[in-house]
Amino acid sequence: MARKSTPFADEALVAGAPWIDALRGDALACYREQGLPTARSEAWKFTNLRRLERIAFAPSPAKGTPVAEIPDGIAALDGAYRAVFVNGRFDAAQSRLGDLPKGVEIGSLAAVDPDLLEPYLGRIADTQVHPLAALNTAYMADGLYMKLADNAVLDAPLHLISIASAGETAQRFHPRHLVVLGENATATLVESHVGAGETFSNTVLEADLGVSAMLNHYKLQNEAPDAFHIAFSQIRLADRASYDGFVLQTGARLARNEVRVQLGDRVECRLNGAYLGRGDQHIDNTTFIDHTAPNSTSREVYKGVLDDRARGVFQGKILVRKDAQKTNGHQLNKTLLLSRGTEMDSKPELEIYADDVKCGHGATTGELEEDALFYLRARGIASAEARAMLVAAFLSDAVAEIQAEQPRAAFQAVVDQWLDATEASTR
Amino acid sequence: MPLLEINGLHATVDGKPILNGIDLVIEAGEVHAIMGPNGSGKSTLAYVLAGREGYEVTAGEIRYDGKDLLEMAADERARAGLFLAFQYPVEIPGVAGTTFLKAALNAIRGHRGESPLDAMQFLKFVREKAGALNITDDMLRRSLNVGFSGGEKKRNEALQMAVLEPKMAILDETDSGLDIDALKLVASGVNALRAPDRSLLVITHYQRLLDYIVPDYVHILADGRIVRSGDKLLAVELEEKGYGAFVGAKAA
Repeated sequence: MARKSTPFADEALVAGAPWIDALRGDALACYREQGLPTARSEAWKFTNLRRLERIAFAPSPAKGTPVAEIPDGIAALDGAYRAVFVNGRFDAAQSRLGDLPKGVEIGSLAAVDPDLLEPYLGRIADTQVHPLAALNTAYMADGLYMKLADNAVLDAPLHLISIASAGETAQRFHPRHLVVLGENATATLVESHVGAGETFSNTVLEADLGVSAMLNHYKLQNEAPDAFHIAFSQIRLADRASYDGFVLQTGARLARNEVRVQLGDRVECRLNGAYLGRGDQHIDNTTFIDHTAPNSTSREVYKGVLDDRARGVFQGKILVRKDAQKTNGHQLNKTLLLSRGTEMDSKPELEIYADDVKCGHGATTGELEEDALFYLRARGIASAEARAMLVAAFLSDAVAEIQAEQPRAAFQAVVDQWLDATEASTR
Repeated sequence: MPLLEINGLHATVDGKPILNGIDLVIEAGEVHAIMGPNGSGKSTLAYVLAGREGYEVTAGEIRYDGKDLLEMAADERARAGLFLAFQYPVEIPGVAGTTFLKAALNAIRGHRGESPLDAMQFLKFVREKAGALNITDDMLRRSLNVGFSGGEKKRNEALQMAVLEPKMAILDETDSGLDIDALKLVASGVNALRAPDRSLLVITHYQRLLDYIVPDYVHILADGRIVRSGDKLLAVELEEKGYGAFVGAKAA
């Protein structure tokens, strides 16, 4: 058998409540048993983490919040509540959480009474399927805690700003976020992941939506060029809940965003995304939509543009269990390659055990259409501008999937900025 | 000096010879028609003139407005006033018609040394032209040519021509796929653009279009060569006798 590698597991576990100690111990054992994922594992076939091992990441400080200003590149959300984290630690000074509506609690996970976390923390995410998520569970220290009581409404988006910050020494850390929405509660959560330096953020987010709850959840991964971003989110949707998710990945040296969603009865789930890669970036989107009960709908559209030598990965699995009759599932992955050096690996996977379902999927990868390019140029539009128009057109319906207006505009602005840089570089 | 002068033009597509020595001179203000059977090289000539990649010129030269046309990229040619009305206009989802036309117009205005039009000026200018071609605001706003009928696409080509005001317009089988009402509408749009400083090259299979856009000269193309040239009466003669009478190989 090939040698297993278990880096980043040299820290002592922090002692706390007995159930957390047990959780940490089990998670560490799970990580040690599986080791850092390699290409031999089916789930990691296209994303190689060997480069991570070659960098001497130091664990982020055990106490206190490192100081870092909010860098450029976050989503522009005026009027949003703000929860800022630096290397996974809550930064109260830069957060804006005054005057929260009734029934809404938002703050630092580390500050919450462990008894209140017990029903949720580590109970939502299947961290044993993801060795790095298990590692996160072993060493988690802080993150977002967001809880809405039944019928509570968050009246403005919550903007989670996660800053990954390193100076001379490369830094590693394990942010852990927990989102709990009671019955009929409604919220919008926008994540902006930004930073500077050589960092390895290994994030886990768990979300639990009660009956008829609604969550808009939009994530922007715009980390620094030397950053490694590994994220694992699991979202549990009770009956009649609805979830509108979108992930825009454009930052980091290597990024993998894995989302797992479990759907109850009559759930409306939208899980969409876009990825924009250039240089030597590696961007992985892995999703798992688990239809456990009947009458639910899932829609998944991921679109990406790759330039230079960038590499993209899309792995999208939809599981329709035996009881999930009348499931309606739609999945689409489209990638536009702007340069010969790019590579896209797309792996759609439908696994269906119910007999009365409607499920479809499609995946395409291609270059800009010569016919369209020629048509634009034949009207006097210069080559670089014509290409930019077509790339923008390709992406225009991606961000349009975001249902909430303000985040949609903010994400579109990030896309536009990326497009401007692409156009400038081809002139 | 002629506006367009083609001398001994040979061109291949995928290594296969399509144009085998074309000579054609078009003076400013003239309307020329090129007629020919399928496969005679009509569309190839149009694409070679417009600068499409994949069409290789193996011999001959083309002078346009005093310049070596073959040295110019497709978009340069367009900015210099050469316009191709496509036989099959391309559908481009996600690019609004107005966005496209504004980018094109301002690129060409920039080349002419004119300042770009702002959104309001542009819209006013386009609406005037669009009305005459029965093109609605909704059609302008929609993604370029997406979901348009054959007639709508051709009207849209005519609109682009009216807005971009080319010196030399090439109409590639503009009549194909049009019913008689649409044909009349497009032809009247084209005729409105006839001017002493603007030349037209009308490429068509049928004489019908030439009843509406009356040419000064008619050329018959066969096997990549112009086999006969004449005035507008040649088109009538062709309609009566058929291509067989003019195309040596097929008549034999």
